[in-house]
Amino acid sequence: MSGRLVVVGNGMVGQRFVEALRARDQERRWQVTVLGEERRPAYDRVRLSAFFDGVSAEELNLHTPDDGVELRLGEPALAVDRARRVVVTASGEHPYDALVLATGSSAFVPPIGGADLPGVFVYRTLDDLAAIRAHAEGRRTGAVIGGGLLGLEAANALRLLGLDTSVVEFAPRLMPVQVDEAGGAMLRRYVEELGVTTYLGVATSALRPGPDGTVGALELSDGRTVEADLVVVAAGIRPRDELARAAGLPLGPRGGVLVDAGCRTADERIWAVGECAAVEGTCHGLVAPGYATAEVVADRLLGGAATFPGADTATKLKLLGVDVASFGDAHGATPGCLDVTFTDPATRAYAKLVLSDDARTLLGGVLVGDASAYPTLRASVGGPLPAPPLALLAPAGGAGAGAGALPAAAQVCSCNAVTRADLDAAIAGGAADVPALKACTRAGTSCGSCVPMLKQLLDAAGVRQSTALCEHFDAGRQELFDIVRVRGIRTFSQLIAEHGRGRGCDICKPVVASILASLGTGHVLDGEQASLQDTNDHFLANLQRDGSYSVVPRIPGGEITPEKLIVIGEVARDFRLYTKITGGQRIDLFGARVEQLPQIWRRLVDAGFESGHAYGKALRTVKSCVGETWCRYGVQDSVGLAVALELRYRGLRAPHKLKSAVSGCARECAEARSKDFGIIATETGWNLYVGGNGGFRPRHADLFATDLSTEALIQLIDRFLIYYIRTADRLQRTAAWIEAMDGGLDHLRSVLVDDSLGLCAELDAAMARHVAGYSDEWRDVLEDPERLRRFTSFVNAPDVPDPSISFAVERGQPVPARGAPPGADGRRQPVALGLPEVRR
Amino acid sequence: MSAPTMLAWTAVCPLDRLDPDRGVAALVDGVQVALFRTGGELYAVDNLDPVGGAQVMSRGIVGSRGGLPTLASPLHKQVYDLTTGRCLDLPGVALRRHEVRCRDGLVEVRLRQEE
Repeated sequence: MSGRLVVVGNGMVGQRFVEALRARDQERRWQVTVLGEERRPAYDRVRLSAFFDGVSAEELNLHTPDDGVELRLGEPALAVDRARRVVVTASGEHPYDALVLATGSSAFVPPIGGADLPGVFVYRTLDDLAAIRAHAEGRRTGAVIGGGLLGLEAANALRLLGLDTSVVEFAPRLMPVQVDEAGGAMLRRYVEELGVTTYLGVATSALRPGPDGTVGALELSDGRTVEADLVVVAAGIRPRDELARAAGLPLGPRGGVLVDAGCRTADERIWAVGECAAVEGTCHGLVAPGYATAEVVADRLLGGAATFPGADTATKLKLLGVDVASFGDAHGATPGCLDVTFTDPATRAYAKLVLSDDARTLLGGVLVGDASAYPTLRASVGGPLPAPPLALLAPAGGAGAGAGALPAAAQVCSCNAVTRADLDAAIAGGAADVPALKACTRAGTSCGSCVPMLKQLLDAAGVRQSTALCEHFDAGRQELFDIVRVRGIRTFSQLIAEHGRGRGCDICKPVVASILASLGTGHVLDGEQASLQDTNDHFLANLQRDGSYSVVPRIPGGEITPEKLIVIGEVARDFRLYTKITGGQRIDLFGARVEQLPQIWRRLVDAGFESGHAYGKALRTVKSCVGETWCRYGVQDSVGLAVALELRYRGLRAPHKLKSAVSGCARECAEARSKDFGIIATETGWNLYVGGNGGFRPRHADLFATDLSTEALIQLIDRFLIYYIRTADRLQRTAAWIEAMDGGLDHLRSVLVDDSLGLCAELDAAMARHVAGYSDEWRDVLEDPERLRRFTSFVNAPDVPDPSISFAVERGQPVPARGAPPGADGRRQPVALGLPEVRR
Repeated sequence: MSAPTMLAWTAVCPLDRLDPDRGVAALVDGVQVALFRTGGELYAVDNLDPVGGAQVMSRGIVGSRGGLPTLASPLHKQVYDLTTGRCLDLPGVALRRHEVRCRDGLVEVRLRQEE
C-alpha cells in the first residue's frame, strides 16, 4: 500500500504513530497529512499537571518538525466520506488512500444539574488547565468530582493553586480501579493529611451557583453540601468516536471505533489507534497500550502483520507526593488466587501481591507509599516470583531481588515495550552503560522508572561500570571524597600511599586538589597542594593559547560602581591588556604574563576587588537582571539576592564549574534556567531551578521548589551545593549528576527537603564552615612571600618577560601575535623578541 | 639520538627551589627549559609544547603512567614520558630533553641539540 495518508488527531498516540511510520517508511511510500483539533502540536498529556509546577507548554511539546508530514493544526475533521475517500474539514477536503483515526477521548461529564455553570472544568488539555488557573485566582475553595487517578491529580493541582480542596468519589475508596480497599485506606490517610477532604461512597446530585453566578457548591446524594468556587469533573473519559459513528463504522460495545487485532476498522482503508480505538471491543485509556496500537498500524501500513500485544494496564505514579502502583490482576479476579499483603503503619506502606493458586506465579499487585519494588514486580507478572514474597515486599526488597532474576520475555520498559531479551541483545552488541542502552532500545526514555533495572541488567551481564578514577585509584570521586573527609587525610601523598598506587596523574591530582579545597585545607598553592593544581589553578589565572593568562576579578551579581569600573580600565590600560565583557556579567582581562599577575592583582585588591575564581572548578558568577529596583516588571530584588548568593558561595570548589543567576520576574532576563542553580522571583518569594547549563549540551534547569522565602531558598541551595560537591563524579555538572541519580529529581528533593538520608544537618554545617572559612585567594598570595615566589617567568631570570609572548593589535586592542604556522613537524616557531636566536 | 653538544653546564637554581612534582621554567642560553624534580630524579625538557606551540610545559602536571614518570601538557593534556621525551598519546611527537644534574646543592642544565 502507498499513497496519501490522513491522520485525524495529533495527540500523544497520533504523534507516536506518525513518528513510527516515518521511521520505517524509508522509501516514502506514504505522503502524510495530520489534522489536529487543538492549536498546539502534540504534547505530553501524561505530564499535564507539570504545567502547574511552572513547566511551559513548550517543554511538554512532543512534536518534532518533519518535512515529510503536513501538520494542520486547529483544523478538526468534520466528516469522513468513505465512498469518495475524503476527510472534510472547515477549509476543504483531504483525500486519502489510508485514514488513521487518532481522535483520543474526551472527559465524561455526568448529566448532573449545573454542570454547565461557569467555574466547572474538565482536566484534559493545556487550555483546560490554563482556564482552571485563571478561575482559581482570588477564589478559596475547590472540589473534584471523581477520586480516580486523574481526579487526584486535579485535586493536587487545586491544592497547589491555593484552594481548600475536596474530592467526591462514588466508589467507597480512592482510585477504585487501581487499588484495593486496604490500599485505598492508606491512600486516603496520605491525602487527608495534605489537607484534602474526601467524600467517599457518595454521588454528586447537583451543582449550585454562588452569588456571582459561577459555581458555588456541590450537593451530595446523602444531603450534605460541599462548598466549591471551582469544580473539576474527572469522572472518566469517553472515546471520541463521533466521526466513525457518523461514517457508519461499527463501534465497540462500550463505544470506541471497533478494530481488529491489527487495529483495522470494518473499512479496509480506515484504522484507529489510541484511546478512540476499541481493540477487539475494548478501549484502553493508558498511553502504553496506545503506543502499541500506533506501532501496529505503522507496521501494517508498510505491509507488516503486527497485532496488538494486549494491554499492560500497570500504573505507577506519584499522587500528592504518594507513590501508588498497581499492575496485573490487582484485584485478584483470577479464580483461586492467593493474596500476600504487607501493611507497615510505621512507614505507612501498604503492599499486596496476587499469586496463582500454587503460589508460584505472580499475577498482579498493589503498592501504596513505597513503590520501589514496582519495576521488578511488574516485569515479573506472569512469570515465577523472583524472590520469596516477603523479601519482595519488604521496603527496598524489590530492588534487592534485582532485574537479573527476570525471564527473557519480561517487559522491562512498558512505555516502549522493551523486553529483557531486547536489552540483553543490546548489551551483547556493545551497549556498556545506561545512556547507550537508552539510545539503542528507547528503554527508560519515557517515564524513566525502569532506569534502575537497566543498571541491574548491565551488572547481571557482567558489564562492569568501572568507577575507578584512573590507573592510580580504584575508587571514584565520591568514594575518594568520603575517604578524605572521614579519615581526615590532608595530603595527596598520604592518600595515594594508603588508597592508590603510582605517582598520580593529570586526572587524579586535580580531583584530589578539588576535594581538599572543598574541605578547606588551606591555600591551594601551599606545600604539596601546589603540585596538584590543574592548568588554570596552577597560577590562579586562565591560561590562554599563547601561554599568557587572563584575569577576572569578581563583580558580584554583575553590579559595579563607576570607581571600580575605572580601576579595571586603568589596570587594563597600564598593563596593555585586552578587555572583554563575559557572559557572566564581569570583565575578563587578557594577555597578562605570569610575573605580571601579582602586580595586576595588587592594584585590583587595593581597589577592593577579589578573585573571581574564573580559573577554578568553582562557583563562577551569579548573574542577575536589574530587578524591582528599576524594572517596571520586577517583583523582587534580584540584584540584591544575586550579590548575597555570590558572596556566600564565592570560593566554593566543586567537581565542575558552577553558575547561577537570579531573575526578578517570570520574564527571566537573567537566563536563570540555563544555570546549575537558577532563581526566579514570584510575587511571594522565589522559585528554585536546578540542573541547567549552556555549553555543548544545553539544558534547561528543572523546577525544584516554589515560593520559597529567602532563608528557605538559601538553605536549600546550601544543601544542594554541598551534596553535589560530595557525591558527583569528576567533571560532572549538576545536570548530569541529577540525571545519573537513581530516582532523579524526586530523590534529590527527598534528600534535601525531606531529609530522607538524615544528611541535612551535616550539609548545612559544611556550608557554614565554607562561608566562615572563606578568604580571598589572591589577597592571600600577595600577603605571603612564599606564594608570591611562584609567580616568576624564569627561576634563574625572574624579571625577564617570556620572550615568546608578543602581541599584535586588532580593533584597537592587543591580541596574541600569531607566529609562523606550524611546520611539517607540527612545531610552531616562537617569535623571539630582543633575545639572541636560540637555535644554532 | 645525536651526540651531546659541546655546550657548558649552566647553574640554574638551588635544588630546594624545585618543589617535588611542580615544574619551573629556566632560561638557558636563550632556550626556555622546563625543570622537574619527581621521584628523587631531576628532568629537563623544552618548555615549548610541541603540539600547542606555547612555552608552557613547566606548568604541566607531573605523574606516572605504568611506572614511567610523566608530564601532561597544560594546554591539551597530551602526556609525555619524562625519561625519553616521547609523547605517549600522539605517535611521532616528542619533547626535546636536556641534561640536568645537581652539584653542590645547585641544579645545572646543559642543552642538547635536536633529538
